[in-house]
Amino acid sequence: MDSFFSTYIWPALIMVGHSLLTLVCLLVFIAFILLADRKVWANVQLRRGPNVVGPFGLFQSFADLLKFILKEPIIPAGANKVVFLLAPLVSVVLALATWAVIPLNDGWAVANINVGILYIFAISSLEVYGVIMAGWASNSKYPFLGALRSAAQMVSYEVSIGIVIVTVLLCVGSLNLQDIVYAQKTGLGTMIGLPNSFLDWHWLSLFPMFVVFFISGLAETNRPPFDLPEAESELVAGYMVEYSSAPYMMLMLSEYAAIMLICALTTILFLGGWLPPFDFWLINWVPGIVWFLIKVCMVFFGFAMAKAIVPRYRYDQLMRLGWKVFLPLSLGMLVIVAFVLKLTGWAG
Amino acid sequence: MALHAIFFYLFAFVAVASAVMVVSAKNPVHSVLFLILVFFNSAGLFLLTGAEFLAMLLLVVYIGAVAVLFLFVVMMLDIDFAEFRQGVLQYAPIGALVGLVVAAELILVVGGTTLSPQAAKSIAMPMPDIAERQNTAALGDVLYTHYVYFFEVAGLILLVAMIGAIVLTLRHRQNIKRQNIARQVARTPETGVEIVKVKSGQGL
Repeated sequence: MDSFFSTYIWPALIMVGHSLLTLVCLLVFIAFILLADRKVWANVQLRRGPNVVGPFGLFQSFADLLKFILKEPIIPAGANKVVFLLAPLVSVVLALATWAVIPLNDGWAVANINVGILYIFAISSLEVYGVIMAGWASNSKYPFLGALRSAAQMVSYEVSIGIVIVTVLLCVGSLNLQDIVYAQKTGLGTMIGLPNSFLDWHWLSLFPMFVVFFISGLAETNRPPFDLPEAESELVAGYMVEYSSAPYMMLMLSEYAAIMLICALTTILFLGGWLPPFDFWLINWVPGIVWFLIKVCMVFFGFAMAKAIVPRYRYDQLMRLGWKVFLPLSLGMLVIVAFVLKLTGWAG
Repeated sequence: MALHAIFFYLFAFVAVASAVMVVSAKNPVHSVLFLILVFFNSAGLFLLTGAEFLAMLLLVVYIGAVAVLFLFVVMMLDIDFAEFRQGVLQYAPIGALVGLVVAAELILVVGGTTLSPQAAKSIAMPMPDIAERQNTAALGDVLYTHYVYFFEVAGLILLVAMIGAIVLTLRHRQNIKRQNIARQVARTPETGVEIVKVKSGQGL
């Protein structure tokens, strides 16, 4: 009985505690990221943004949360009830499940699995189901159109995201997310004799892929300028039209969790994860998670600025960009990188 | 091992139950959703056997791509399924036959020592310990060394199928205004705008 406790119960309890801690921190982080998104948007447009609840409006997201929970959820009469309520649940569960393998610091992942990057890719390719189910179950025209658009868009941009990930993996030689970060300790900077610095990270050596990944990430998470699934000028709010109160909040939450995931993935693949930008005692003393969060926030600032300053794409242009520009570009880069690695023997 | 068994029965039970639901669900969209559940649980079973790479590929390829297409087609088709299902029982013998053949083949593979002596060897193929050899790397070794030509041929066949599908469905319609982005970008104020002095009261 004692061995049963120490082999099953205790590890399970630790895992549950670890997951809960990650989840709570992530949700609080998302609450402030939502506010930051609105603040950046407001400042670009010379508005103040939310500034009433708490100092500088810091607690706006929590006020919104209360409002979402206390209002009545409305289910349309013609809707398919089970699927209608299942859709936001599926979205949220999938969006949060990916965070299990993200290493926030050296060894700080809930599950450090060998196929980590494939796991993320697999789970995030399932996120399209939340959208399709929501659009279909609403039994209404605009949500359905929005869902179709969204599904086509997410499937298209997954292709170029996949190829970019493969290119990075070629340079790393492992599917493990921690190995990807370790591999960026040395790189272009150390090759020309500089000490370890931010020049070693993949963003410099794979710069075109970095740009492709960032833009595909915008499209994959339905962020402006690619927010056609919920283009309010044409589709009211896309697949979310019929949703209200808590289910709507869950759809929004999953969207932002997916955005944060893309930011974290950009950080891990291209910006060196938790690695400090310079090899200097004061900077090395700062814990890795701080660097990780700073990098994630920087990438998110890029996302927020793109929302604020870039006008929305037309749908055919979006498809053209995905299939005719990004796909050949990333395929070509994949071949070039593979040849360079093979001919120079850098792959190790 | 107890935990292993519990998870095996959980995944297996949900997979079989949802497979039954795929066939018996009234609404075709529900059928596809149950099919996705089957795939998901099969991926769980793969994970239990230590085939992590195959499990992830099952998720990416079957759920992430194939089932999305299924769902698309089923949602877009406007079929009266009540009418469609009326004569379904008359196909039961054929279905039973197919099921029988598959079951027989499975039994032959699993217990096929007497029929083919080599089968036992390939079943008992020693699997390296996961700590020393990850199965992603092991699969890569086998695919890109022993079976590289078969692998490439399979890829070529898929490419041909893809091009064939595109050729069959591509209709290049005439008399439609198309956007030529290169020409649009190359336009300058000199070529794009004509400045005319209009006399008042006369027009052009």
